[in-house]
Parts: sequence; C-alpha cells; structure tokens
Amino acid sequence: MKIHEYQGKEILRKFGVATPRGIPCFSVDEAVKAAEQLGGKIWVVKAQIHAGGRGKGGGVKLAKSLDEVRAHANAILGMQLKTHQTGPEGQKVRRLLVEDGADIKKEYYVAALTDRATQKVAIMASSEGGMDIEEVAHSTPEKIIKVFVDPLVGLTDAQAKELADGIGVPAASQAQAIDTFKKLYTCYMETDASLAEINPLILEGNGNIKALDAKFNFDSNALYRQQEIVAYRDLDEEDADEIEASKFDLAYISLDGNIGCLVNGAGLAMATMDTIKLFGAEPANFLDVGGGATTEKVTEAFKIMLKNTKVKGILVNIFGGIMKCDTIANGVVTAARETHLAVPLVVRMKGTNEDLGKKILAESGLPIITADTMAEAATKIVAAVK
Amino acid sequence: MSILINKDTKIITQGITGKTGQFHTEKCIEYANGKACFVAGVNPKKAGERIFDVPIFASVREAKAQTGATVSVIYVPPAGAADAIWEACEADLDLAICITEGIPVRDMLIVRNKMKQKEAKGGKKTLLLGPNCPGLITPDEVKIGIMPGHIHRKGRIGVVSRSGTLTYEAVAQLTEIGLGQSSAVGIGGDPINGLKHIDIMQALNDDPDTDAVIMIGEIGGPDEADAARWCKDNMKKPIVGFIAGVTAPAGKRMGHAGALISGGADTADAKLAIMEECGFKVTRNPSEMAKLLKAML
Repeated sequence: MKIHEYQGKEILRKFGVATPRGIPCFSVDEAVKAAEQLGGKIWVVKAQIHAGGRGKGGGVKLAKSLDEVRAHANAILGMQLKTHQTGPEGQKVRRLLVEDGADIKKEYYVAALTDRATQKVAIMASSEGGMDIEEVAHSTPEKIIKVFVDPLVGLTDAQAKELADGIGVPAASQAQAIDTFKKLYTCYMETDASLAEINPLILEGNGNIKALDAKFNFDSNALYRQQEIVAYRDLDEEDADEIEASKFDLAYISLDGNIGCLVNGAGLAMATMDTIKLFGAEPANFLDVGGGATTEKVTEAFKIMLKNTKVKGILVNIFGGIMKCDTIANGVVTAARETHLAVPLVVRMKGTNEDLGKKILAESGLPIITADTMAEAATKIVAAVK
Repeated sequence: MSILINKDTKIITQGITGKTGQFHTEKCIEYANGKACFVAGVNPKKAGERIFDVPIFASVREAKAQTGATVSVIYVPPAGAADAIWEACEADLDLAICITEGIPVRDMLIVRNKMKQKEAKGGKKTLLLGPNCPGLITPDEVKIGIMPGHIHRKGRIGVVSRSGTLTYEAVAQLTEIGLGQSSAVGIGGDPINGLKHIDIMQALNDDPDTDAVIMIGEIGGPDEADAARWCKDNMKKPIVGFIAGVTAPAGKRMGHAGALISGGADTADAKLAIMEECGFKVTRNPSEMAKLLKAML
C-alpha cells in the first residue's frame, strides 16, 4: 500500500526525523492560507499523487509570494499530472502540500528496504540525492553505499557511520545524519514498510539534516496490525477495479491488451498471460481467483473483467486441485448467463472432476469453446477475437 | 529414494484443528502411506484429544518426544505462523513446511534471522520450506501439503517451482506423457522464505532416483539466477526451465508477494536469458515443459 508524501512526512516526524514544516491542502484558498500560516518568504507547492517524478512533470513549484502560491496551486490542483510512473493519461491532482522553502546545500539519498538475498534490511545511501536512483545505480554504482541490518540487532552506530562517511556528510552534521538513519530504520520496521525512501535528504546551510521528500510502501500482509497506516489509504489513487476485486478476495491487475483471463494461482495466471502473448495477442488483465473459488467469486471476476471495454475475448484456465472443475464450470456458466456474455469464451480445465466440468459446459447450451492445453486455449481465443 | 521426505517420514501437523489444517490433513492421511506418516497434531488447548485418530499434543517439542516425528507441516493462520515456524525450529525438527499464505514480511525476516543465529551458535539446523507454498510430495509414498495427490505418478523426474498451480501443471504434463516424478516441491511465492531453487536443485542433483528436472520460476528476486549459476558448474542432469511473468508490468505485485519486478535483473526475460546461458533448455511456452524434457532423456 502506498501513501502520499505529506503522510510519509507525518510518519517520519513521529519517529523523530526532521522535515520542513508543511500543511496538506485540498483547495487553492487552503493553499494560500497554509502559506500565510507557515510565514516566511519562500514556499514550495507540491502535487500529492502516489507516483514519483512529480517535479519533472510540473507538479512541484517554488513560490516567492502569496500570489505565486495562489497561481501555482491553481495550476497544479486538478491537473492531469503525467510522470514516468503514471502512464500516458496521467493522474489527477486532488491534494497539495505547501511547505517552507529549504536552504539546500547538498542533496543525499537514503532508503530502507528488505533484501531477499541476505534476508536482512538493506539501508542504501548515496551522495547523488535528488536524482533517479536507478540511474545512479546503473551509471555510477560506486556512489551507492549499502549496509545490511540484522533485524535481531538493529542498525548499529558503526553501520550508520559507514553510511554517513560513505556519502560524505560533513563532520559537523555526522551526528544528525547517523541519528536520522537509525530513526529511518526504526520507522521502517515498526510500520511494516516494504520501502521507506527519502530522496532527497538534504544538508541545509546551517548544517541541519532534513527529509525533503518521503516515499513509503507498506507490506499488505501486515496492514491488519497497522491501523494508523491503513487510515492513510487514498482510494482515489488506486485502480477502482482492483479495489472492487479485492473486496471479493480476487487478485486483479488491469493491463493493456484485449484478452481477459481468469486463472487459479498467481504463477499459472502469469503463465497464461505469457501464453496469450506467445500466440499473438496481449492479456487485458491478471486475475487470480485463488484456491477457494465459488460461483459468486467467478461471477464477480467476470463482471470486473468485462468492465474493461477493451476486452474482446475471455480465457479461463483452471487447474483443479482442491478446487473441483465442476464447481468452476458451474460458476462459469452462471457468470456467462448473468453478464449476458457477448464476447468469445475459451475454457481450459484440468485436474479434479475435469470430465464432469466439461460436461456441464457442453450441456449449458452456451457457445463456450473448450481446450485441453494452455497453448490450445490461447490459440483458440486469439483466433476468436481476430 | 527421494529428497527431504519418504514413506518412513513421521510428521507433526501444526494447526491441525483449524479448517484448512483439518481438510488437508485428511487428504494427506488418505494418500499412499499417509496414515503411518502423520503421527501427531499440535494445539495447546486440545492436548490429549484426537483428530482423524491422530493424537494432539500441547507443543511441537512434546509431539516430537512422544512420536519421534522429525518433520512438521504448518497451517497456522498468518499472525501466528512465524511463531509456529520458530516452535518447530526450537524443537530441533529436521524440516518445517509452512503452507500459510499472508505472513507479514517483518515476521519472516525476524524468524529467519533467529533460525540462522541458532545455527551459528551451533544449534541444530531446521530446514524451512515455504511459507506460502503448496508443500512437497514423494509420489506413491507421502504427500505433505495441499497439492492434488491423484495427478502424480511415481517416477524419476524432479519438479521445483514457486507457484502451486504451475507445479501441478508441470506434474500433470509429465504424468500424461508417461513420466513419473521422484519429488515435486513448491518453494512458495513469498520474498523471504526458506529453501530456495538452488537448495532443491542441489538435493535433486544428489538424488540417485532423479534423472532430470523441471525448474519453474517467476518474476522478482535473484533466486532463479542464483540456482542457474550453480547448475552451470555442478548439475549433472538435464533441466527444462520456465519463468512466468514475461507479460507482467514492472512495479506491480502479481498475486504472490514476491512476484514483483524491482529492477532490471529480475524480469522474466533476464532470468530466462541467464538460465539459457547456464545450460538449461528454456521455454516460453509453459504447455511444452514435459515434452521438451522427454526429448532430452
């Protein structure tokens, strides 16, 4: 689960990490009022969307007067902000963050994430803050310093100092940088984050260290024990169909193709998508109905797939293990009837009660095309939509 | 022979009284030598009772002491599953198989590091399979987990995969063309897990009753590439490889918590290329995994 920058900064402050003062706003008037309330002479007006790359897309502006705050807020609020992470249609800006302007002397990068290979928490830092870290990792990997934290020990002083030294924090600001790294690690662990990134982490003219941005991602398996984090969820930033699917315990992700697919199991679902592509078309979605699919779940899955007007055909691929093929066949027939299915449907069923399932499909009177293998199913659906 | 488990393995079920635990324990007992293999269940509140004629004990340690079991299978719900893994480890079992899906990553990080710390201090090493996995099976001997038993046949092909249904797909293809399996292992779809592809490939390489292997992976993480590099220098048996997720977009979690592309190196294309370089026969068509393998025998 992702959150907004201003929410991320609230969390960081709670764990003692310094950030600029800022106020989230939902209207232009609120933005001007926020700037008045903050005082000072320079403000930053920042679009709040979940995607990164906001600055390059024109969603972050410096204001040197209240009139400029108003003008920038007016321009940014409601815009379709396009970044490399939003897709070509962009994301509508509904929230702003108005912040004190910062006196930036140097920009660093720091992030915490879980490292699969070592099964530790990696803290990564770089002297090249404010840039795309993937780019830094690619072109100048020596400028990324990494330490691996044993969760039974925590981030040690020596490790935190290694990071501060490695990215060249001046002596006078070292203690603050070390303290910031340790607090970031604590914050990462205690909030069940899967990513906590500060880019840039800045050194101010007066030697202070501050988080100028905050990007968080949280482990969805742990949300049940993170009610404060769940409260930050902004449904406007999420795909409406994916939210709808999650209510029925379906894992759904919309994609750009025109073949809807309904599969049990995440691995088999990906393999089915890949097979569709291999035989000349593109999948319209990823959809895993899971191990306990019922008629109701299959019907909902059909409804969600068919909301996507690009869908020209549907491929159902079920490996019946614990789940029986006849149960799924009944679900498919009911769903096809209830949704008045008007696009070609290919069903491939394998495993427990396979013959019974096929019989139900055949006797339904519906124009369902059956197949024995994934490859045959993909060939048939691709041919049917052409 | 087979890897990790056989008809003589004695097994404890942690979470035997829950809905999932009951359902699958019954199926496992019905399969091959299951009745003799599943010797104990654990639930502190129901110690002394029996379920499917299996005695229930208050703790893994006691179950082990009373029955001589060396392996446990865990169906405990997510919030308590990491503690259940640790209990199996503290009881010095040989192997714990965690079926549970949805365990918080932080819990897995902590329990994995506790397990490693115990080993580093000279304690007994308990292997972990999973979590979020279907389990493993030695066909016609014993099945531990949630896979459908009837699709398997005893034979000489090893199968290893992160995904459950994709393991079944490979097994069914093999069985259909007359190739049985020595062991079929699901290592699970979570980012922090126990046994990885490389560990299973090593075991299958050493197993005299395995002639060839189907190795299936998916997007996300370094595991398949690590296994492929090891195989290049060490594996003596033919391998067919498939990676799911060529069409998966970067940055989106594809169902499995671990199926998430996080950099250039863990895409399906990148992994397929490394596997091919390392001598695997790779395919982009998951329907022909078994057919390709047969051609290599």
